[in-house]
Amino acid sequence: MTTLRPPVAVRRSPAPSPPRRSRRSWTGWGFIGPFAVVFALVFLAPILYSIHLSLFRDQLIGGTTFVGLDNYQQALNDDQFWASLGRVSLFLAVQVPIMLGIALLIALALDSGRLYGRDFFRIAIFLPYAVPAVVATLMWGFMYGTRFGLVGDINEAFGITLPDPLSTDLVLASIGNIVTWEFVGYNMLILYAALRVVPHSLYEAAEIDGAGQLRVITAIKLPAIRGALVIATIFSVIGSFQLFNEPNILRQLARNAITTDYTPNFYTYSLSFNGQQHNYSAAVAIIMGLITMVIAYVVQLRGMRREA
Amino acid sequence: MTGTSSTSSTGSSAAAPSQSGPPSASPPGSGRAADATRRAPRLRTPRRRTLGRPGRSVLLTVLTGLVLLYTVIPLAWLVISATKTQEGLADSSGLWFGDDFALWDNISQTFTYDDGIFLRWLLNTLLYVVLGAGGATFLAILGGYALAKFDFPGKRAVFAVVIGAVAVPGTALAVPTFLMFSKMGLTDSPWAVIIPSLVSPFGLYLMWVFATEAIPVELLEAARIDGAGEARTFFRVALPLLAPGIVTVLLFTTVATWNNYFLPLIMLKDPDWYPLTLGLSSWNSQAETIGGDVIFNLVITGSLLTIVPLIGAFLLLQKYWQSGLAAGSVKE
Repeated sequence: MTTLRPPVAVRRSPAPSPPRRSRRSWTGWGFIGPFAVVFALVFLAPILYSIHLSLFRDQLIGGTTFVGLDNYQQALNDDQFWASLGRVSLFLAVQVPIMLGIALLIALALDSGRLYGRDFFRIAIFLPYAVPAVVATLMWGFMYGTRFGLVGDINEAFGITLPDPLSTDLVLASIGNIVTWEFVGYNMLILYAALRVVPHSLYEAAEIDGAGQLRVITAIKLPAIRGALVIATIFSVIGSFQLFNEPNILRQLARNAITTDYTPNFYTYSLSFNGQQHNYSAAVAIIMGLITMVIAYVVQLRGMRREA
Repeated sequence: MTGTSSTSSTGSSAAAPSQSGPPSASPPGSGRAADATRRAPRLRTPRRRTLGRPGRSVLLTVLTGLVLLYTVIPLAWLVISATKTQEGLADSSGLWFGDDFALWDNISQTFTYDDGIFLRWLLNTLLYVVLGAGGATFLAILGGYALAKFDFPGKRAVFAVVIGAVAVPGTALAVPTFLMFSKMGLTDSPWAVIIPSLVSPFGLYLMWVFATEAIPVELLEAARIDGAGEARTFFRVALPLLAPGIVTVLLFTTVATWNNYFLPLIMLKDPDWYPLTLGLSSWNSQAETIGGDVIFNLVITGSLLTIVPLIGAFLLLQKYWQSGLAAGSVKE
């Protein structure tokens, strides 16, 4: 019965359905309502509360007083804040291109159909995504270590002394390596999924026109997945600016190299939970949020403009 | 951000009806995407050969193999190290087994150390995943369905706000959320971890793109003409078609909740409510404290036990989530 009816209805629907579809109704709210309520509670309310907090200051004498934009002014003149921002910017400039570059190459290799054991490669390279940042950092932290880590092994085996990955000079690169390890497979999968849906007729047309593999990649594949690349870049930018878990865990091994203001996120955390400076911390966090959004927006605009 | 999304939304809704014509004959919507990818290679192979397309490449496989080694060696290190005692860790090479095979002993020690707190952390993590990730997936399904199939007042605003929220850094939220929750008396309780986990903007986005594609509008119209209410239409008609998308979103929210560290770190003081991530990190830092028990072998074995369930889930469900992800990427 029911299986027979839909086709009939489909055929009849064209006349009544366009107005029906365009007619606005509140029905949709019944479905998105629950999400909206929780979203308001855990996203909107904290943001508003954060803005509110950032305008006040806790004084030893006199309690909480309204100080306007003083906290923001203080943050903009805060060397610790700028140093942490500089650190994550350097991280962003080096780690993100490396990670996305590898992810893109692997995605293209998988998509080329020229690999032996493609499915195995795809799933095995993706696996680190399922590893919590805490576990990934503990693991790499042990391996970096000279005690029973791989670096110690290599030094012993070859009679050399590699530079300590947990030294002040190298620890940022060591964190970059952990983050790359965690997310290269995830980004590879996003890009690969986008490549899979490129119409294959385009490749055939290009081949008939005598285009080589490289030309197919630059003229067809890369433009086709530009949207996915932009999204991956934006998520990576946000991720870099939010860097916290890896430095926080690694600090247990490299207390001198990683300070509590190592990244902006770490800095706001320390301000709030070690320094009890909730109001100032809120201002720093809001500035960081604004910077992140602006950069994400710029990345997106540039990605779009090239597409147009 | 709103720019891309709205253009892609109109693009997808325009494309959906034309695509959904013929394949609606194939029963489960599991995926037009999966069908298409399965069908496509068969059509292509003969043509490729006629065009003299190069075959498989050993060189490319070897180069990809290098990246594979990079991702797999640390995991191999973890598995191998979990078989060693505390002394064995120090004595033997990191990438080969020691003289002692202590895996089973390590596992039993991990579960019995400190009155079996590890099991408690495991159960806590499961609780957070079932309620947090399960709830987040359910809310994302409902919301994604609404965005894909209904036109309602405020729809654009909802969408802009949600997408904008993705760019808000966790810290900007964590501290005020903590202060708010602490005023509400929710901190240091499971709710402090579960409630913020309920919202997944990425899950909503994925579900919205998936629902746009997987549910033909005509099918909904038909159900309504048959007199089905909105709830019935959703549960009976839409939900089955969304299955691959649901698996995908569920897997990603599960990873997010299972791996969550920052939020519990802020919200929880009582180790009895710790998830695995926080527990492992506290075991590791124990070595730092003076007179603290050094239990690196348990940290390593516990780490292995923490990742096994997720890796298992990914391997078992890969067919479903990969087709869901492929469909999700179409309109990006």
